[in-house]
Amino acid sequence: MSKIRVSTTVNGDAAEFLCEPTSSLLDVLRDTMGLTGSKEGCGSGDCGACTVVLDGEMVCSCLVLAPEAEGRTIATIEGVAEGSVLHPVQQKFLEHAALQCGFCTPGFIVAAKALLDRNPDPTESEVRYWLAGNLCRCTGYDKIVRAVMAAAAELRQERTPA
Amino acid sequence: MPSTAYHAPGTVEDAVALLAADPTARPLGGGTDLIVQMRAGRLSPGAVIDLKRIGGMSGVHRAGDAFAIGAATPCTALKADAALSAAWPGVVEAANLIGSVQVRNRATMAGNLCNASPAADSVPALVAAGAVCVIAGPSGQREVPVEAIPVSPGKTSLAPGEFVVEIRFPPKPAGGGDAYLRSTPRTEMDIAVVGAGVSIVLDGEGICTAARIALGAVGPTVVLVEDAAAALVGSKLDDDALAAMSQAVQAASNPIDDKRGTVSYRKAMAGVLARRAVLIAASRAGAKA
Repeated sequence: MSKIRVSTTVNGDAAEFLCEPTSSLLDVLRDTMGLTGSKEGCGSGDCGACTVVLDGEMVCSCLVLAPEAEGRTIATIEGVAEGSVLHPVQQKFLEHAALQCGFCTPGFIVAAKALLDRNPDPTESEVRYWLAGNLCRCTGYDKIVRAVMAAAAELRQERTPA
Repeated sequence: MPSTAYHAPGTVEDAVALLAADPTARPLGGGTDLIVQMRAGRLSPGAVIDLKRIGGMSGVHRAGDAFAIGAATPCTALKADAALSAAWPGVVEAANLIGSVQVRNRATMAGNLCNASPAADSVPALVAAGAVCVIAGPSGQREVPVEAIPVSPGKTSLAPGEFVVEIRFPPKPAGGGDAYLRSTPRTEMDIAVVGAGVSIVLDGEGICTAARIALGAVGPTVVLVEDAAAALVGSKLDDDALAAMSQAVQAASNPIDDKRGTVSYRKAMAGVLARRAVLIAASRAGAKA
């Protein structure tokens, strides 16, 4: 089967790749483009470690066929920090020790940022429901939820004119 | 794994031709069932036909007071449509119980239906609403009620080359309300042990003039329980009518025993959930139950 050429935008830059018809978007991001921040946990949409934002909506990149990305816009964990300046969600994950092994962390950060981009003032309950598709086997979630709440508070301050 | 081709046709006719050319080809909506099954080796289609490049396939369309939902519309897009959410809250809620946000940003109700799981959350709500599928195929288009699509776990009544193009709703009746409830051990990322979808119409006096009650996960397919609906019609949803409805629901339940629930638990819960769903649907119909 011949490979398919796909033109897309990844983290703001035009990107082209060749892929097998049924390669996952996750495989292409990791193995072809070298963007190894997104992780493969389950490969079945249960764990959220591969979460990316596709045309503005977060999805499991393991359950997207790479050719589906033709003409679409993709945002990955690699685009969350601005150069060496961490995004508030990343900074608060560090400050609150919201990670241990770190495998689930990129997915959590992409998902949490997607929430705060549309709802800067979520309740704890909203945070927990939003992150229900991201599994963490280390932290017990509490520190993650606190980090996201703290990031939300900081983002609200940044956005409020003094 | 044998190689699988990927096609993204731009028209319904091209999609039908591609599907008809290879009986193993599968339509791709959100992929949250299809791709999982391919990865697990349970399905090896000769081709995957992505429906999302076909015009009109994604989105909620409105003709007068009737809604039509394109087959490739993700569940979260239903929730974002205020008019649809106001008219059919039970359907929108059912679709948004599926999986996680990541999954619902891809998963579609047409896919939920054609995956033919008896526990599909959106299907009892669609059946209760009286929704109809528009099916495209080699001999043109046809319309069938949602409940006629699944025939057994994993199997549908669709012929080779056919696929669901759109799910159409009847005009929302005056005094109508709908609801869907499911029983799961946890609130998120779970599969229904029992599901109950209800749609009822109440007149100005609070008398039930029409009802549809559908159950999930208590048989090989989602089942429409006409006896349960009949127990409500003509009543003011008093305790006797609700008890008769629950009894009809239990009688129509034919579940399996598995790790998620026993036969007796599922039967009992079907009656309980149907009763609760009727009361929610009644409150949405704007009349006192």
